[in-house]
Amino acid sequence: MSDIVRPYGDTTGDGMVQLSFTLPIAHDKRAEGAALQLAGKMGMDPAMLVHAKQMGDGFTFFVVYGRVNHLVDTSKVEVVERDFPLLSAKEVNALVKRGLRRKLSVVGACIGTDAHTVGIDAILNVKGIAGEKGLEYYRELKVTNLGAQVTVPELVAAAQRERADAVLVSQVVTQRDAHLHNTREMSAAFREALPADKRPLLVVGGPRFDESMAGELGVDRIFGRGTTPGEVASYLVHELVQP
Amino acid sequence: MAKLDLDPALVSRARELARRAGQPVVDLARSHTTVSVERAVLRLAGVTGADPDGIPWVNRLVDAVVDEVGLEHGVALPVFDALAREGLPAGDLTLLAQKAAAGSVRFGVPTGKAATAARKVASKATGAGLKAIDRRRAERDRLIKRFGDPKQRPWIYLIVATGDIYEDIPQAQAAARAGADVIAVIRSTGQSLLDYVPEGPTREGFAGTYATQENFRLMRAALDESSRELKRYVRLTNYASGLCMPEMATLAGLERLDMMLNDSMYGILFRDINPIRTFVDQRFSRQVHARAGIIINTGEDNYLTTADAVDEAHTVTVSQLLNEFFAHEAGLANWQLGLGHAFEINPEVPESFRLELAHALLARELFPDAPLKWMPPTKHMTGDVFRGNLLDGFFNLAGAMTGQGILLVGMMTEAVVTPWLSDRDIALQNVRYVLGAAGGLHEDFVPAPGGFIQQRANLVLAEAVRLLEKIEGDTLLQAIAEGTFGIMKRPADRGKGLAGVAKHADDYFNPATELLEAS
Repeated sequence: MSDIVRPYGDTTGDGMVQLSFTLPIAHDKRAEGAALQLAGKMGMDPAMLVHAKQMGDGFTFFVVYGRVNHLVDTSKVEVVERDFPLLSAKEVNALVKRGLRRKLSVVGACIGTDAHTVGIDAILNVKGIAGEKGLEYYRELKVTNLGAQVTVPELVAAAQRERADAVLVSQVVTQRDAHLHNTREMSAAFREALPADKRPLLVVGGPRFDESMAGELGVDRIFGRGTTPGEVASYLVHELVQP
Repeated sequence: MAKLDLDPALVSRARELARRAGQPVVDLARSHTTVSVERAVLRLAGVTGADPDGIPWVNRLVDAVVDEVGLEHGVALPVFDALAREGLPAGDLTLLAQKAAAGSVRFGVPTGKAATAARKVASKATGAGLKAIDRRRAERDRLIKRFGDPKQRPWIYLIVATGDIYEDIPQAQAAARAGADVIAVIRSTGQSLLDYVPEGPTREGFAGTYATQENFRLMRAALDESSRELKRYVRLTNYASGLCMPEMATLAGLERLDMMLNDSMYGILFRDINPIRTFVDQRFSRQVHARAGIIINTGEDNYLTTADAVDEAHTVTVSQLLNEFFAHEAGLANWQLGLGHAFEINPEVPESFRLELAHALLARELFPDAPLKWMPPTKHMTGDVFRGNLLDGFFNLAGAMTGQGILLVGMMTEAVVTPWLSDRDIALQNVRYVLGAAGGLHEDFVPAPGGFIQQRANLVLAEAVRLLEKIEGDTLLQAIAEGTFGIMKRPADRGKGLAGVAKHADDYFNPATELLEAS
């Protein structure tokens, strides 16, 4: 099986893709030509304009179908693969009990101005997400959920008070890269407040993070969209509990 | 209409239980005040503007009074007493605030003749603020008469959220032209936890635009222009929530906003604001909304984003009943109750659409005269925009079939990006198609007697009554502390803003509340 693939429309190798976008111009023949020009520059050839509709005064929405000539080499794709075994809640509890001989303390929060607790709650609340229970459900984890709009100093203080083994931070708002600024601020504060051997494991999550940026942001791990509580719990055990 | 064969005795029992569960909270609200209530009083009395650091003069003045005499007497008497002693006219409260901030004014609680005099001037000054709100309400009535209401129900409600009021304005006007009847300007993330209202026009917000009096004024003026152009009155919505709820309500009244998000428990559950602070602020803000002719939008949809929409459906009903009780108690009429609920059942659940219809119709029948606010799917929007658009279509259809009053337009790019121009256009096309094709379907849609929808609605009502019985027995504050709503546990002695709460002293005086309750 070759590592080289092309997009698939209805025939192997046809390279067909669909694209939609808006141009800030009124709809006329010229606008349609402009849309095709953009599609062409993006590598769609031939490009078919299948839909154009003016919105408001000076904007037109386009849908373009067409063929691209680019090849994708799947052997050269770089992703962060899960590098720890996925455990059940029972296994997590057993490993913590045996390996740590105390409860594993987890402190979670939404930091900065972000008020969207959806992410952290999905991971921490008993309710969990998609039928999978959150970390509060794990008998051997002690979870402190600080909720929304927690300041970085508050988070550091809570982590110290709770003797946190891990700090979980979720960031949903991404305007002006707020999620990146907040994460850097948070990791810097922990570096400043605690020596390396006393520092909790720093984990951030959110739908718009790039999972490969952990080093750059000064955290131990980044979890992207679709992460489940079980994955987070398994990761914590993998990092924090000696087998 | 009676499409669900609800047991009228059970419905009355639910209302009676909500009344009994809510009454202790009302008593609590009547016997406490907060810094934000007091600041709202001063705003009504005409204090405007902010110091060079952007801290409003109302904050400076209330802080100065609290430092010297505490919060428990209310600020009106100490402030108007100081005004008289300083020999300043009633119109110069802002000057007094500036002097107080500089530390050159002393405050005390007046007694005897001085108290009588201060009371009189305070009532007159806050009364002038309420009259200004009355004028704005009359102006709205005139404009609605001139331009007309939207032709269809539900009203189409669209959100703008650029962070920059000068970007919001053209977007809001474009949205109105494209069919929006109501424009909501989303607030900057984090504003709910600011203990002051920012001043002036603002261009820097996160995921929304700061709510300020000047931003309110600019947007209302722009939508008045749109109303003239479109020959229908375009309504404006903002938020009376967070730590400054009473002030937001006051500013909304003064700037003729038409709807305000205003939920009795949202701040407690989702922003971890102290429960007592919230209930005190709530009552005052609702009294102002009642006076200003503002339609409130409650936040029950939020429970379903954290809790399961099937298992916890009855908590929505319970919250609606509580919101209704608190609203009526504060003087709001049924036409002002935009009680919330949402299309948040997991689409993978069998018969999810029939369940949605049952829940939506239950709200419709329990509150026949309220303009229910129907909120689109968010929790199960995955980034698959095509599926999202289909889900939004079903949401719109459920709205049409169950006669909802206000329909918040769902975006297929929910959970992906803040809506693009094209997302909004596609979303409105979806709404227009459904309302055009099936707008009157609620007339024909009568669930089969004893069938799935009727059974489900009756079950949810029965569960709601059971929960209300428990809440009434344990008290509402206890239920909130235990995480009954939206699974958030919020004890009454914790949460943000608790420091700004005080129990009334025997001589507590609030001219605004007196006037609001007399009307």
